[in-house]
Amino acid sequence: MNQRSLAIAGIVALALLPPALQALDQVFYIGFAARILIYAMAASSLNLILGNGGMLSFGHAAFIGAGAYTVGILAAEGVGSAWVAWPLAIVCAAAAALVIGAISLRTRGVYFIMITLAFAQMVYYILVSMKAYGGDDGLNLGSRSAVGFGLDLKDEFTWYYTCLALLAVVLYLLNRMTAARFGRALEAIRENETRMEAIGFATYRHKLVAFVIAGAIAGLAGALLANQSSFVSPKLMHWTQSGTLMVMVIIGGVGHRYGGLVGALVLLGLEELIAEFTLYSQLGVGMVLLGIVLFAPQGIAGLFQRSATRPLP
Amino acid sequence: MSGILLLEQSLNGLQFGLMLFLLAAGLTLVFGIMDMINLAHGSLYMLGAYLMATLAQATGSFLVALPLAIVATGILGVLLEMSLLRKLYQRDHLAQVLATFALILIANEVVRMIWGAQPMMLATPAVLSGPVDLLPGLSYPSYRLLVIGVGLAVAALLYWLVTRTRTGMLVRAGASNREMATAMGVNIKRLFTIVFGIGAMLCALAGALLGPLLAVQVGMGEEILILAFVVIVIGGIGSIRGALVGALLVGMVDTIGRAFLPALFREFLPPQYAAGLGPGLASILIYLLMALVLFWKPQGLFPARG
Repeated sequence: MNQRSLAIAGIVALALLPPALQALDQVFYIGFAARILIYAMAASSLNLILGNGGMLSFGHAAFIGAGAYTVGILAAEGVGSAWVAWPLAIVCAAAAALVIGAISLRTRGVYFIMITLAFAQMVYYILVSMKAYGGDDGLNLGSRSAVGFGLDLKDEFTWYYTCLALLAVVLYLLNRMTAARFGRALEAIRENETRMEAIGFATYRHKLVAFVIAGAIAGLAGALLANQSSFVSPKLMHWTQSGTLMVMVIIGGVGHRYGGLVGALVLLGLEELIAEFTLYSQLGVGMVLLGIVLFAPQGIAGLFQRSATRPLP
Repeated sequence: MSGILLLEQSLNGLQFGLMLFLLAAGLTLVFGIMDMINLAHGSLYMLGAYLMATLAQATGSFLVALPLAIVATGILGVLLEMSLLRKLYQRDHLAQVLATFALILIANEVVRMIWGAQPMMLATPAVLSGPVDLLPGLSYPSYRLLVIGVGLAVAALLYWLVTRTRTGMLVRAGASNREMATAMGVNIKRLFTIVFGIGAMLCALAGALLGPLLAVQVGMGEEILILAFVVIVIGGIGSIRGALVGALLVGMVDTIGRAFLPALFREFLPPQYAAGLGPGLASILIYLLMALVLFWKPQGLFPARG
């Protein structure tokens, strides 16, 4: 009950944000808030495999890029409907995750980190070399996707509420999934894979399914990100982007229900806040991250909860 | 003509591979002995290059600046290890990724504050600015030859240090089984500070030597760091021999691939496909190589842990 009222309070607060910003004459920040929501979605998807599944994927930006480029390429070919482009973005990212996951999940530990990184680099360089779709310079979408029903995503309010609604749906699904048998099994595999295998779970398939789901959600986030700036570029897939997502999950709280949301909010908010005071904002961000590593090992969300993950039944 | 070109590109590949080895050697030992993911290794390379560029301008001499830059970066590395990284060995990989990622942000911003956002120029020493004729029809930049020579010498020195000296023996013991080495009375803590310092000095050497060939700029560490990781994963984490083989392999494959794949594709494919596919495939070749190695030999070519 407590969790539910917290979630409702959170959604209400986020829904009231745009009118509040308008009242304060800070409409510029509505777009910034939408960006946080999109990154929250991407980080939450990474948290499913990294936190709940214990899979340290260092190539998550590849799926964001797959989703973003699906939207970008379709727009360049004249397909601007969100009803076509966004589901296709999800499917393409999921397909990429299926291939990358099927190979990567054969390795363990550090080698898993490195092989996911290698695949993300491959996707990065393939898109850099696609001169027909902008190559290194990226690709301009012209405008945001069309949704019909008299809605215009170019309107910042409509755009913000679209992102908020999609994030709420994704978080709801992720929470249901982690509470269900699938999520419990995933956490148990993280704790002791050999034992789960011994009692008859198909551990490889379980992990692969989680990896593909995370990739699909990241693809949706990528599609939104492409729309956010009406621009896609290989920079979306640079390895430092995967690192940034990982950092969001870690500072938010690994395996915590809202770790991705908190992490995106804190990291992007911090960047924006420090940029107000100095040209060298990354210095401050780096210092704060170091402080979190040394003094809050469970992440920020973990500070408010005794244990980051619930005990197994 | 094609043979000359192949020879020239092989020399380029050798030169690139040796520089990668300088970076990978320190990284693989840090990774192998302490099981520590150090993303900030590339930042030491960047700092080394900047210090070298500054000192070369201040002293007016490449030869005077080089040892100064190497020692300065080595001291920075030791201070970093003793003040911060030491606290991270007992933590999980996630904490190490977060902390060293933070170090990258800090290092980049500090460099931007001190040296500005513009790339710095580092000139080749005047004596070595011209080409030399290696073979009839093959003239090769003498500076690149120097880089190859220094790279080979340092690789040999390092090989001797690791395989023939007492310190090297302790390093290998630490890499293959840290707990056992500690139980046998090896002071792993001090050993690791030494290893980290040497690693930082090798970073500075690579940064200083590559400075005149590539641009000295913020972010130069991030690109090469990933290549160094590819090298040590191919070679086997913790193995110096693996790092050497992996570095030469990556250097050669990358250079030769970039030089010849686009032309090869033009022979067999219609131009509109070849134009995109050739360079694209050339730039992912080393990652394909790494994925294949991991698929067949999940521990790398020369596993350090027996």
